[in-house]
This record gives sequence, C-alpha cells and structure tokens, in this order.
Amino acid sequence: MSDITAPTLGEYVDTPKPRAGVMKDLQTFKASPEHQQALGFPGTLVDDWQNKAIQRLGELLDTQRGLRVYLDSCVKCGSCTDKCHYFLGTGDANNMPAARQDLLRGVYRRYFTLPGKLFPKLVGATDLTREVLDSWYTYFHQCSQCRRCSVFCPYGIDTAEISMAAREVMDTIGVGQKYCNEIIGKVHKIGNNLGLPEPALRNTLEGLEEDVKDSTGVDVRFPVDVEGAEVLLITPSADFFAEPHIDGLIGYAKVFHQAGISWTLSSHASEAANFAMFIGSHEQMRKVAMRIREAALALKVKRIVVGECGHAWRVAYSFWNTLIGPFDFLDPRYPQPQHICEVTDDLISRGALKIDPSANDERVVTFHDSCNVARATRMGGRPGGQMEVPRSVIRSVCNNFVEMSRETTGDQTFCCGGGGGLLTDDLLDLRVKGALPRMQALNTVVKEQKVTHMAAICAICKSQFTKVLPYYGLNREMIISVHQLVGDAIVLGAKE
Amino acid sequence: MATVTIAYAVLLYLAAIVLVGGLCYRIALYAMTKAPLRIPTMPAPRTRSGVAVRMAGEVGLFTSLFRGDKWAWIWSYLFHVSLLLVLLQHLRYVFVAVPQWVVWESPFGSYAALVLVVSLGGLIGRRLVNARVRFLSGPSDYLMLVLLFAIGVTGAMMRFVSRVNIVAFKAFILGLMYMHLQPLPDETLILVHVALVALLMLVLPFSKLLHAPGVLFSPTRNQVDNARHEAQTPHDQASRGARIGTEPVGQDGAL
Repeated sequence: MSDITAPTLGEYVDTPKPRAGVMKDLQTFKASPEHQQALGFPGTLVDDWQNKAIQRLGELLDTQRGLRVYLDSCVKCGSCTDKCHYFLGTGDANNMPAARQDLLRGVYRRYFTLPGKLFPKLVGATDLTREVLDSWYTYFHQCSQCRRCSVFCPYGIDTAEISMAAREVMDTIGVGQKYCNEIIGKVHKIGNNLGLPEPALRNTLEGLEEDVKDSTGVDVRFPVDVEGAEVLLITPSADFFAEPHIDGLIGYAKVFHQAGISWTLSSHASEAANFAMFIGSHEQMRKVAMRIREAALALKVKRIVVGECGHAWRVAYSFWNTLIGPFDFLDPRYPQPQHICEVTDDLISRGALKIDPSANDERVVTFHDSCNVARATRMGGRPGGQMEVPRSVIRSVCNNFVEMSRETTGDQTFCCGGGGGLLTDDLLDLRVKGALPRMQALNTVVKEQKVTHMAAICAICKSQFTKVLPYYGLNREMIISVHQLVGDAIVLGAKE
Repeated sequence: MATVTIAYAVLLYLAAIVLVGGLCYRIALYAMTKAPLRIPTMPAPRTRSGVAVRMAGEVGLFTSLFRGDKWAWIWSYLFHVSLLLVLLQHLRYVFVAVPQWVVWESPFGSYAALVLVVSLGGLIGRRLVNARVRFLSGPSDYLMLVLLFAIGVTGAMMRFVSRVNIVAFKAFILGLMYMHLQPLPDETLILVHVALVALLMLVLPFSKLLHAPGVLFSPTRNQVDNARHEAQTPHDQASRGARIGTEPVGQDGAL
C-alpha cells in the first residue's frame, strides 16, 4: 500500500491528457465460487462463456430500454469525457465515460447491429475475446455508477446503467466481484452487509444507550424489533459500529426521542444498503429489498424512515415502490419511505425540537452532496429538495456553514471515489485518485474559509473519506454525519 | 429514359424505404422495450408537462450539452439549426406549388448551407484537435462528418458557384413522388449530391445518427420524478395520470 500516492492538490483540477491503460493492472478481487453460488451465479467462468454472455446481453437489451437507447445513441461528442472523477484522477483514457461505455458498445455492435456484423473495423465493433472480457472486468469496476456523466450527456446516457449491465453479464458467466457478492451473501444469510448477528447488534445498541446516558444523563433508547412502533428505521449497518457513522445513529435516536416518536430497528432488515444495485441484478435487488417490507409488516409499523445512506436512498426512493410496493399498509399521510433528513428538517421547522446551534460553534462545516442522493433521488416536495433539505438541517443546527465550489456540489457533485461497490481495499489506489476532485474543492474551503468539517449523508462517503483524507494531508476526522451535528445541538429533556 | 435516371430512381426509392422502414423499426423497438425501473437524472420534473419542458430544452437547445462542453455545443448547435433551415428550403422540391412560407424561408436556407459547411468543419477540426474526443473517434465517426460535409459542399456549390437546372431536378423529384419518372439532369454536382444523400439515408438507421430518436426515448430525461409515490409499470415512459394522487406531505409537528 506504500506505493499509493495521491495526486497533488492545486488551484483547480487539471484535465489530464488521456493515456490508454494506465490503470489496466488494477483489478478488484474476483468472487470465489462459494460467493458466486450463494447468489445463484456460476462459481467459475462457464464453458461457452462467449455465447452465454451475448445471450444475456441480448436479454438485457430486450428488457431495459435505457441500455438499448444508450448503446445506440452515443455520438462521441466528448461532453462526458472530463466529468468522471476516475478519469480526472487517473488520466486513463478508458475511464472517460464514453470510452468506458465503448468497451460494451463495441461488443453490442459486433453481435447486435448490421454494420458491426458487416464492417466491424469501420464502426469500432469488437469480438468478445478474453482480452475484452478482462477489460470489462477492470474498467466496469472502475466506475462508481455516480451518474455525473449522464448530467452532461446530450442524450442522458447513463454509464451507471451500462456498467450495471456489464457486471450482470459477467456474473451470469461466472465472473463476479468478491466485495459486492460476498456482501450480498451476508445480507441474505445474516441480515446486513457487515455480517453483524442479532445478539451482537443488540449488544452494540445497549452499549450506545449507556454511552448516551453517560454523556447526557438522559435515557435515549435504541430499540430493536419492537412490534407496534410508529417508525421502522432502516439504516446502513455501518451506522452500528463505524466511525463517524455511529454518531449519526445517536443523532437519529435523539431526534426520535425528543420528538416523542416511537421507533424501532429490525434485526431481520438490519441493513439499508442494497449492493445488488451495483451488480445490476434486479432479482437480487428485489430479494434484498424484500426483507424490509417483511420487517415492516411483521413489526406492524406505520412508517419507514431511511438513515444516512446514499445508494440505499436511491433504491428506497426510486425502486422500492416498484420492487416491493405498494406500501398501502403504512400511514398514507406520510411519504413512504421518508429520509431521516426529511423527518428532522420537518420537526425542526415546526419547532418540535429544541436546538442549540452554538453547540457546533467550534465547527465550520461544509456539505458533500452524495452522488446517488443528488442525482437519483429527491427529498421534500420540490425538485432539488435532496440538496436543500440536508442543508436546511445543517443550517438549523450549526452557525458556520460554507459551500464548496458550485461545479462540485448539487447535481454536479463528485462521487467520493468509493461508491458503486468500489469501497474495497484492493481498489485503494483508484479510490485515492478518484477522490481528487472532492479533495481539491474541500482543500480550497479549508484554506480560504477555515472549514473544519465536511458533513455527509452516506455511509460509503463517510468510510471512503475517513480512509483517503490522510493521503491528501487532511485530517481523517473532518468527515462527519449530518445527524452528528444534529445530535450535538439537540437539547434533550422535557419540552417547555 | 437514360440509364442514370433509372439507376438514381431505384437508389432513391431503396434509400427512402430503408430510411423510413429502418427508423420505424428502431423507434418501435425503443417504444416496446420495457423500462423496468424509474431512473430519471435528478433533479427531474414532477409532472408530465415539466418533462415536456425538459425534453424541449434537450431537443431544441441541447441544454445538457451546453452545460457539458461549450465548443461541442456551439458547433453542433450551428450544424443542427443550419441543417433544419436547409431541409426546410429543400421542401420547394416536393411541393408542386411552393407554399409562400417556403419561399420566404428560402434565402435563410441558402445561407444556412454555408453555416452548415463551416460548422461541420468545426466538428471535424474539434475531433482532431481535442485529444479526448480523438481517442473516442473511430473511422465511422470521421466518415459520417465527411459525408455530411461533402453533401453540404456540393449543395452550396449548386447555389453559390455553379447553378444547375433545378427546374428539371424538381420535375425528377416530383416524378419519383407521383410514380411518373422524369429525366434526371445529367449534371455532375446533382449526381454527386443526390448519391451522397442517398448514402446518408441508407446508413442513418444503422448508425449513431439514431441519437435523434434516441434522445426522445432516454429514460434519464423523459421520466417523471414520482417514483416514491407511484410504482413503475414495465412499459411506462412516465406516469399515467389516473394513478397519480397528490403526494402525501406528512408533517410530524402537525400530527
């Protein structure tokens, strides 16, 4: 790991000259046969893999309009090429979104279009060879599915959709990624990404109750499997033990406590994240999400609230209703599901929480928009609410709030560098380099506006930044949960 | 009837069939392919009319491209607008009696041909100069631009350099439309221009020029943001009015 160095931070991020293959040797670990088979995928590369891959690609083309339109439509205008954080950080030409898409598009053209069958050289069509499969595995695991390129594409081509399809094709021929597939297996077997069994979960939460009691003198509960609770909280399992995530969980608990909302976690659905989205498997995504519907029904809750988790919020906001809905058994007066930031913002704006923002006066805070929240979801009633609501929460609980440059926030936000199933140490070099645009913007506000903390609402962002900040000479403890700010500013005790 | 007239008539009929048939097939394929999940690039409009505005911006102003790359936007916008003006000007060949508005548009269409040629030069030049775009470009990307460039140059030459017998050419086109073949003027510029146009019509339904219908079917742009309130049905382009109520705005303080 000592050979991993971060790019230097300058005034702004220079667009590198594209160099093909700089990152070709960085391949994420492959899934073992055991991890593959647990998800119903072949354990190793199947015989006749070319035909099986083409067949699966054909099935995806027939069932996903986006994929078909996107593979046909690219005109190579180049608008996306300097928008990907991995290209900006590595300079590898294949990390330009259109070039990444072309790895799949070349095969699509060869097997599914007339010109590709007749004149492959002319239209950039390629046979599906071992080398091509290898390049798929490398570069579709150097895409964090953050959708930034799609914002700038004149046709809205979403490289995330293409990389999900490519991963699905590879899984069906027996070439899966260890990180994602092992984790999805754990969700099925144990109930969460971390493989935290129920007794350990209960134990952790009891410990948290004691901690909060010690520091505040108030009995804030962290309930599990409480039937008849008003709210089922679905949160990423990192919130149960990782730093700085856990302080966010304490923040949620204080909000519910102080608002007098009865809530519960579920041991059956102790995970908000849905890594099946990363591997492009709708079937797996439905299975993983279904635990949450089951838990909500079993616990007879009235509402589902989702904790700070970027991709989870995308699946919850955009896909749950389709995959595991309808939620007609929940309280129709609330949007289902709701984001914890929506709940908190609403409570604060109605004066239902007593807040002392001076508790955060030591901090100068900026906010990192998480890619999947910003570009794949909404909060509140207005388009763009996914940007406004968390900021509104931060401004309510914190007196010193600073924005990073506009090209790096809102729907132009950069991925942290660890999304889309890449938050694994075997890709650390890529993660460090991919964090460059965010680190550059952060470093600017640190220097010019004395920013001390960057708040986020995504478990992956929090873990990724904790890991990569030191490579850029920044303090790893700068990254903080939005609900830690809330938790620190909330005044517990009887309402006046 | 001269052999060349018959050859061109056959070529143009074939090209028209391929163009219309190919495009219809492709559009039908896009329309019938399921869109299983709601994936609009957010922030997205919450209503159908909002989506119509978003799409109008993409189709009419290339809004996303404008955000992404100003040079690409300038050249491609000039190209598409001048192409539209030139095509409108060409309507004079398909009406027996030319409508007044086509007459009025005609000078704009003529000079647009010059802009068309310049903008294609800009697009080719940009493809060669910008290292990132050059990396992406394959032979067909250049050939497509060269083909359009050649069509533009031959067309502009007939208007500004060496006038041709357009009355006879119009008779030929009308003859094709009404199945009553008239001789094609045996002039090099006409023959080259028409042959290249026929080639363009033949390749369009199989090429990246499918971006034209493609943009209308792009789920990231044409879907409504209401997935929390409404499930995606497999064939949805967007929401269906009857199934939308108002999205609940539950507020804890109020309940």
